[in-house]
Amino acid sequence: MIILSILGYILILIGSIFLLLGSLGIVRMPDLYNRIQAGTKATTLGALSAIIGVGLVQPEWFLKTLIIALFIVLTNPIGSHSIARSSYKSGVKPILTSQIDQYKDKYVTKESSDEK
Amino acid sequence: MNLKKFLSTFLIYLVFWTAYTSSLKQEELLIGIIISFFLSLFTYKSFSQQKSDNNILKRLLSFIAYIPIFITEMVKANIDVAQRVINPKLPINPGIVKIPTKLKSEYAKLFLANSITLTPGTLTLDVKDQNLYIHWIDLSSEDKKIQKEIISDKFEKHLEGMF
Repeated sequence: MIILSILGYILILIGSIFLLLGSLGIVRMPDLYNRIQAGTKATTLGALSAIIGVGLVQPEWFLKTLIIALFIVLTNPIGSHSIARSSYKSGVKPILTSQIDQYKDKYVTKESSDEK
Repeated sequence: MNLKKFLSTFLIYLVFWTAYTSSLKQEELLIGIIISFFLSLFTYKSFSQQKSDNNILKRLLSFIAYIPIFITEMVKANIDVAQRVINPKLPINPGIVKIPTKLKSEYAKLFLANSITLTPGTLTLDVKDQNLYIHWIDLSSEDKKIQKEIISDKFEKHLEGMF
């Protein structure tokens, strides 16, 4: 039992470190899309490990925390994907140092074919 | 009314309810049954039952094989992004690439898109027909084949068995 709760506290600590790094990433990244990258990734593992850590400290909640974790894994990427997609479509320009944007080509050609 | 579809929706809701309350007390179960009944009454139409070529055992096995791969990829993603954030030079080289996929089922594409979003430095912008558009935080190669290998190959073979 003591080992379980120590493990749980370690997981909570790791989770909070990742959440901290995620927030730092949101401040440091240059544009919206990179911020979403930092925001989704670091926070998914951060939230997951913090929640499962709580489940280990309080074993009677373990099943509940697993279900919460499952829903985070299912909903988090969908949310970030739809934020990214809608901002692209409403004209938020990404900073692309590699100069490669194959979505734009597709998107623009589709629009012009609609006009015809 | 499609009774089979309704019942499967109802059962899924009830299983989730029971797991979440983690108790088998009569009153909790009763409330669960009432709530799942009304919820499934409203939502059973949007629960799709897609036909699959694979049998249930193969699907289950590929699902179990998929979980550890997914978790390791997710942990790698987090460490990768965290390292980029800490690094004072902020080593990023973003680009948006198009990745074709062979998967046909809508669910498989959803799983693929979500898995890609949760793996190192990639974010799915859009799924259109058989193409995924992906914002890549560190575009390391301009070769299409290598891009596909890095981003989607490891998931695709398992998802093929799953759906």
